[in-house]
Amino acid sequence: MGYDPQNPMKDRITDIGPPHYEGMMPKVINENRGKWLYHEIVQPGVLKHVSETGAECYTVRVGSARLLSVEFLRETCDIADKFCDGHVRWTTRNNIEFITDSEAKMKAMVEDLKGRGNRFPVGGTGASVSNVVHTQGWIHCHTPATDASGVVKAVMDALFDHFVSMDLPAKCKVALACCLNMCGAVHCSDIAILGIHRKPPMVDHDAITGVCELPLAIAACPLGAVKPHTAKNSAGEEVKTVKVNAERCMFCGNCYTMCPAMPLADPEGDGIAILVGGKVSNSRKGTAFSKLVIPFLPNNPPRWPEVVDTVKGILETWAKNANKYERIGEWAERIGWEKFFELTKIPFTEKSVDDYRLAYDTWRTTTQFKFTSHTK
Amino acid sequence: MSKHDTPMMDDLEKGPWPSFVSDLKRQAAKSPQCWDILGQMEQSYKDKITHWKHGGIVGVFGYGGGIVGRYSDLPDKFPGVAHFHTVRLNQPSSKFYTTEILRKLCDLWEKRGSGMTNFHGSTGDLVLLGTKTDELEPLFYDLTHDLNWDLGGSGSNLRTPANCIGKSRCEWACYDTDAVCYAMTMKYQDEIHRPAFPYKFKFKFSGCPNDCVAAIARSDLAVIGTWRDAIRINQAEVKNYISGANKPNGGAHSKGSKFDIQKEVISLCPTGCMWMEGDTLKIDDAECTRCMHCLNVMPKALRPGTDQGATIMMGAKAPILDGAQLATMIYPFIKLDAENEFEGLVEIIEKVWDWWMENGKNRERLGETMQRISLPVFLRVLEVEPIPQHVKEPRSNPYVFWREEEVEGGWERDVKEFRKRNAM
Repeated sequence: MGYDPQNPMKDRITDIGPPHYEGMMPKVINENRGKWLYHEIVQPGVLKHVSETGAECYTVRVGSARLLSVEFLRETCDIADKFCDGHVRWTTRNNIEFITDSEAKMKAMVEDLKGRGNRFPVGGTGASVSNVVHTQGWIHCHTPATDASGVVKAVMDALFDHFVSMDLPAKCKVALACCLNMCGAVHCSDIAILGIHRKPPMVDHDAITGVCELPLAIAACPLGAVKPHTAKNSAGEEVKTVKVNAERCMFCGNCYTMCPAMPLADPEGDGIAILVGGKVSNSRKGTAFSKLVIPFLPNNPPRWPEVVDTVKGILETWAKNANKYERIGEWAERIGWEKFFELTKIPFTEKSVDDYRLAYDTWRTTTQFKFTSHTK
Repeated sequence: MSKHDTPMMDDLEKGPWPSFVSDLKRQAAKSPQCWDILGQMEQSYKDKITHWKHGGIVGVFGYGGGIVGRYSDLPDKFPGVAHFHTVRLNQPSSKFYTTEILRKLCDLWEKRGSGMTNFHGSTGDLVLLGTKTDELEPLFYDLTHDLNWDLGGSGSNLRTPANCIGKSRCEWACYDTDAVCYAMTMKYQDEIHRPAFPYKFKFKFSGCPNDCVAAIARSDLAVIGTWRDAIRINQAEVKNYISGANKPNGGAHSKGSKFDIQKEVISLCPTGCMWMEGDTLKIDDAECTRCMHCLNVMPKALRPGTDQGATIMMGAKAPILDGAQLATMIYPFIKLDAENEFEGLVEIIEKVWDWWMENGKNRERLGETMQRISLPVFLRVLEVEPIPQHVKEPRSNPYVFWREEEVEGGWERDVKEFRKRNAM
């Protein structure tokens, strides 16, 4: 049986959706849905939830690389079979969660996980650095300006102590997107690591006729920098193509998304920008976008030392200076961004002054500011 | 396919964080194409540029989404990844699995693909990373027949909906996110699998304003749990926090001084609607904006009210193209009732889609269409009465687009009659 290539539509099943969640969940979850009373963090990486029925469940949270092999998944299944009656889940931030209904099993599991090398670090709860949400980078994407998995590995190696402890003023969410398309949606993260391009697209006049719809490529540019053009290809034939007004380019890469004949990635041009102070949760001051504090750091594989040092520096300056519960953006706003730059020793450049749409909303329109080293 | 020299990759095996490189090497014993993944990655690390070509349209019959084509630009050097397409599987609500289904999936993916996965993609899908065009139909057949499992969305479709864990394991959830996410996923299978929209459209379901699935930042239509009656207070547990018997913030801080309710809760309340009367905590609920801070800090003492539902917000997106947008509050409160199959939500979704499919330009997210056509028009289309809650503050410019029917006597006037009274 199975798929018959001679008869591809035979017995075809479509539109059945995912497996139903109740069938995937452990008994303690299905029995206590909607009945949970409270939770506490019993140790870094371990949550205890208590139900109004008196039932309890313990969740052991484990950081993962997100890029996982089926061999690793089988090992994960072995753990879940041993301690969790054959159930396991993942969080939005790429953590594995092993849920069990007794403290004894939880403790045995935590011991077991310690014996598995660096594969199952327990942590990521409370006032910690949570696991990094990130994109594909050079492992699988066609538009990246940097790698993802390698940068995340290097950053998390350096921040590891803050993943397995809860010694920060509040939680800190680090996210990485390897280009401005932001599949990782880093625009509201405490610390955002963002791949950027700095060279305008080239135009491949030999390829453009076959692979592009010119009006779509032209319309793709938000700044009108891509214009219709006639040029000669390498065979000397006149072809309808486009030209790029480089002075107007903001390096978003949207033209390349629409037209493969307009590549812009470049070993020297590409690198990483750092944005900070974003927040999704509505708690206290509500949501906030991440703000650009460093416009460019070079791609320096395999460990991106400039990026790692910068992220660590921001995190540790915040940890030293912020009040309890204050996320990075709340702290920066309370002390003023001029103080943020002074304390973190990040040089302020014109690149942090907005000149895109709605830029005026970020300009200072009051005499209230602090005198810092910047005012001389 | 054999092992390549990968000194930079090898360096990423060191350190305390889990190493994707060690994992790839472990898988390579069974899936030799993993050596070529590592080889091509090493090449990218040397060249500081990607070696994946742009695009390539592949898929399974009858679907316009769920598979993303991917080809190496160095196929001769790394034949194991010459074709390396991505398959998006619709994850179960809140990403729970049995080991039984996971093991079956592992076997299937080792047979039909690279053995590498993402748990999970940013939108929420379970991503199978890397297979050949020829394997797609057999994989889809086995997936639907043996695992009863379907693909997720890609392209200008409804993208695979995602939710926080909700009532399944959270005391703060104000509606059953698992149930709503599953119901909407099943109702809109056609929209997930066959592109009919101007651009992608995302639903995300968060049970409370903490918004663990980042609905407010990442979804065109965000359903965020809330309540409209009084926060439930257990005064005995409040006293236990004050005495130090309960650890604040659920024990989220391993260091810090003794809990101070004034400093850590009351003073941080954004509306200042809390105070102590003796040792009793008081809340003026009419002033509360349900930010969650006090509930987060004292989970044993404070719970959401019992009149629960959701706030509907629309139009969030990442920066491409007009800049990042957070979602705009549109419906302050709706009930989400499984008995009527979440009819109120369905009505809203379909009204928005009808309008956006007609008015959205190619590759324009809902939030951009809303900005271009304006919030007043959008509210009118949805037949939502504008209320102060729709804005942070009233507009500061006077440029109102009055409509003719709103102005007494209309706009038709005779300039000659005007001149009789008002000479040049």
